[in-house]
Amino acid sequence: MKFRKADPLMQDLRRVLPSDRVRAAPLERSIMGRDASIFEGGRAGPVCFPISTEEVQGCVDAARRHGRAVVPRGAGTGLAGGAVPLEEPVVVVTTKMNQLVSVDADQRVAWVQPGMINLDLSRALAPHGLHFAPDPSSQQVCSLGGNVGTNAGGPHCLAHGVTSAHVLAVEVVLMSGEAMVLGNPNGWTPGLDLRGAYVGSEGMMGITTAIAVRLTPDPPAVQTLLLAFDSVDAAAQTVSAVIANGIVPAAIEMMDNNIIRAVEEFVGAGFPTDAAAVVIVEVDGLPGGVAEEADRVMEMATARGGSVRRAADDQERALLWKGRKSAFGAIARIKPNYYLHDTVVPRTRLAEVMNRVYEIVEEHELQVMNVFHAGDGNLHPMLLFDRREPGIMPRVHAAGAAIIEASLAVGGVLSGEHGIGMEKRDFMPLMFSEADLDAQARLRRAFDPEEMANPGKVLPTGASCADVNALDKVPEGVWG
Amino acid sequence: MRAPAGVRDFDPADMTVRVGAGTPVTELDTALAEGGQRANLPVTPGATVGGVLAVGRDDVHALGRGRLRDALLEAVYVADDGRLVTAGGPTVKNVSGFDLCRVLVGSLGTLGLVGEVILRTWPRPMSEQWLVGPSDPVELRRVLYRPSSILWDGQTSWVHLEGHASDVESEAELARSLGCEPTNGPPPFPAYRVSSGAVENGGLSGSYLVQIGTGVAYVSEPVLATDPAPAVVALHRRLKSEFDPRGRLNPGRDPLVAA
Repeated sequence: MKFRKADPLMQDLRRVLPSDRVRAAPLERSIMGRDASIFEGGRAGPVCFPISTEEVQGCVDAARRHGRAVVPRGAGTGLAGGAVPLEEPVVVVTTKMNQLVSVDADQRVAWVQPGMINLDLSRALAPHGLHFAPDPSSQQVCSLGGNVGTNAGGPHCLAHGVTSAHVLAVEVVLMSGEAMVLGNPNGWTPGLDLRGAYVGSEGMMGITTAIAVRLTPDPPAVQTLLLAFDSVDAAAQTVSAVIANGIVPAAIEMMDNNIIRAVEEFVGAGFPTDAAAVVIVEVDGLPGGVAEEADRVMEMATARGGSVRRAADDQERALLWKGRKSAFGAIARIKPNYYLHDTVVPRTRLAEVMNRVYEIVEEHELQVMNVFHAGDGNLHPMLLFDRREPGIMPRVHAAGAAIIEASLAVGGVLSGEHGIGMEKRDFMPLMFSEADLDAQARLRRAFDPEEMANPGKVLPTGASCADVNALDKVPEGVWG
Repeated sequence: MRAPAGVRDFDPADMTVRVGAGTPVTELDTALAEGGQRANLPVTPGATVGGVLAVGRDDVHALGRGRLRDALLEAVYVADDGRLVTAGGPTVKNVSGFDLCRVLVGSLGTLGLVGEVILRTWPRPMSEQWLVGPSDPVELRRVLYRPSSILWDGQTSWVHLEGHASDVESEAELARSLGCEPTNGPPPFPAYRVSSGAVENGGLSGSYLVQIGTGVAYVSEPVLATDPAPAVVALHRRLKSEFDPRGRLNPGRDPLVAA
């Protein structure tokens, strides 16, 4: 469909926003048809760039008058296709709402707009000695509204918790056009925890227009360790031993040999390229506990045949983290495309599932690299491939499905931090019964009775009685 | 009606425990202590795990240890029509689908009858210490690194420190420099839970205790809460009618009316 200036929906939107902030040119609609996932072929309708809550309400009202769905969108860095528009909805992009509204350093709370970039917030808080704890690997480019949408995690969520634990209140606009605050910036309000229900709802309950985030004091002491092992089993056993012995480090990240070699060539972080796995452990807090815990972690690693290195200063510490966070850049040198998975397994089953991942990848003649949040049991196998190779995509999808099934088989879950979106929507029945999915659909309908917010995601068709807007299947051409 | 009781599936290396909702919280705490761990639930004698979750009151240490609402990973409950529903998932990290567990905590049993839960567990602290004194709670929070609790009754502050013994000692030294002295524990909590905004607004007739940093205060005389926004009330009503259209679950109770 073409959107001409005379189109009644466009006319209504232009009553709400100046014409340079409502766009319907083919190029823009095409850009907004994708996010950072492998899904292609989404179709955006008019693309709106509001700068205030009132403008968001105006966009939602206009869409409702024309019976059109609404897809909220932040920076578009999602990996599960949550922001991919289906059937030409109105796309509401929050990137121009990117201000830090207020900081109360004593009460440890800041109000931010949803388009603010995650890392920009922590940079702005640095003079106060505070930071926002969730630190997704995409933190240089992902927006806080998107973090709320997916209940994002990151390496430092092991000890400090994921986004939900760091959001005190959200101002949202529902599809009725009403704006309201859920939760309380002080930390508690009588009633159901609607704030908690909303965080992680992947744009299917409303549009976030402001967020009251909880601020965490910077730790007085930090130590970063690099542990190297000659087997994945020994690395995984060390991770389990650390936790079982009463230590919860700020972060425990594991990288397997394939990714170690790729990263080392790329950044030269000093990772041992002959190790089967390295584990980066960071402990933070007060100096006494940090020193003792670092010593005990090193002992546990040594007892399991590991070699240990302690970052001597901030520079070395930064280099180790650069190695970890450059993983995605490093793999581009090996294959042009990758498909990053995200499942969680009980920590005690890590080694077993990783070995199963290697078998699956071999069966499908693919390459895999593993770099993940081992402390949480949050696996991130990256399947590498060249999209141009004939017949490759069915193999990539079959291997992905097998990895999901292997994770669920040991008591794991579908997604740890990326969300369900379109990617795992049709896998939901593997984890949830019909009654479970019906309860989730009811929760969503309480917020969005007409199911006009980001339809077609998370819940498989049939989970809901009123599936007017749900799609039978992902439209042709959406699978990349 | 009584929910199943008993602690099952506790592996300290997974930092999770599966427990029947009818289990006394004291029994859960004893079982977890054997593995060197605890859960972020108030250990109230006589209370059950399901009851504590339904009421939704935080443990006194919530400032440092985390909120009760973040402790619940998975809940199996009986819905209004008798169907068994599983909310959430068994692992410490999970974003598979909508977060039903959050609305169950503090729902007073008005959305479903919880039978079994999986909770996140944490290591028990090596060392701990309560202190009390006429110090400014905001100043205590600014100076101390992540204290596990600060309570304030308008004149006196109570502060709880925990962690490595040498850190507790050095933090206690800082608290002493602000006028605090060691004590045995926190004061008794007044009966009624209100938003801490009620204290800031003034005009309370009885005594109060603010749980600093959690947004919660306890007051001895009930106060009329500020009316929530009509849109928020309407959302509560829609949620209740989606989960319990016939009003069968704990009729007469409303989580919006604080107690």
